[in-house]
Amino acid sequence: MSDLQQLGQILLQSVFAQNLVFIRFLALCSFVGLTADFNSAVGMSWAVTFVTVMASTVSYVIYQYLLLPFGLEYLQTITFILTIAVFVQLVEIYLKKAIPSLYRMMGIYLPLIATNCMILAVALLNVSEKYSLLEATVFSLGASIGYALALIIMAGIRERLRYAKVPELMKGYPLIFITSAFIAIAFMGLQGLGR
Amino acid sequence: MKSLVSIFNRGLLKENPVFILMLGLCSVLAVSVSVVNAIGMTLAYSFVLICSELTISSCRKWIPRSLRVPIFILTIASFVTILGLIMKAYFPDLDKALGIFIPLIVVNCIIIGRVEAFAYRKSVIESLFDSLGMSAGYGIAIIAIAMVREVLGNGSLFDIPLFGANFQPALILILPPGAFLVIGIEIAIVNALLKRIESKGGKSS
Repeated sequence: MSDLQQLGQILLQSVFAQNLVFIRFLALCSFVGLTADFNSAVGMSWAVTFVTVMASTVSYVIYQYLLLPFGLEYLQTITFILTIAVFVQLVEIYLKKAIPSLYRMMGIYLPLIATNCMILAVALLNVSEKYSLLEATVFSLGASIGYALALIIMAGIRERLRYAKVPELMKGYPLIFITSAFIAIAFMGLQGLGR
Repeated sequence: MKSLVSIFNRGLLKENPVFILMLGLCSVLAVSVSVVNAIGMTLAYSFVLICSELTISSCRKWIPRSLRVPIFILTIASFVTILGLIMKAYFPDLDKALGIFIPLIVVNCIIIGRVEAFAYRKSVIESLFDSLGMSAGYGIAIIAIAMVREVLGNGSLFDIPLFGANFQPALILILPPGAFLVIGIEIAIVNALLKRIESKGGKSS
């Protein structure tokens, strides 16, 4: 199999078959908290995509060229979380100065991202799956697209659900989870993609 | 003493981290495939929560306000690293089953939330009871979900088969959609219970 095919396979797998939210259960806090409103779901998706791709690539480079040569693999969790926190801070400062319009769009979501478990998870998965640098970048991109897809699907459905008649008991969170169960069944159907 | 008990009790139902606060759901849904995994995850999680709350609350006078969040994260990350090494050395099977969710305890919103909202302000003893209560609440939630999923989805409990060979388990409950379904239904049940308790309390007072 050529390299390009391999990359395509990783991308498809991470968007659909191994969707971060529905199949791997990551980033559920923001999935539940931020999908009440369509616009905030879109803003969060942008912010997460941006930070995930950058931060997990940086973490990967640090792991490969700093931790591995010195035999410090056991420090990976601490290093990655520090990298992500520092990176989020840098992005925030830079965006505020350089691209104020973009900052207004995703600024309020940036502090939330540091504790979004998805970014750390992607950084850790890149290492544990033994991806190359290019593969790691593609995987991070695919994972964030999958996250954005999940958020946008859910936000769209929740806008409609507001007008639905629901039993009193099921209103709010229970309904969100049961809806996610059905979306997850749909995503299970895509398991064969990218095999 | 009474206030300590009430601090402990709060984590169990009224401020249950999973069913009410909706925090730290990732590990709950992913690990609740079997009761054994759920118990392992609860122990791992309690270790980190109790140790970090005790450390932060005993050092709280020396932690400057402006630097508190990085210090919290580093403290939690250190305990998670210790935990990861212990698990790898003594419980390799459990470590494999829980996988990425052990390092992900670092970004579990409950732990950093409790450290910031409680341990940073209160005494060591109070923090101990708070962390015990929160761990128990987390454990109850994850084990309740795991029991339903394992019994119905795999036909076993603690890996011991419960039904005869002819039993056809509902495989969907072991698969990812089942986790969402079970937690949705259990949250609805907990909400209904809380409402009933509240309306009873309202009548008597």
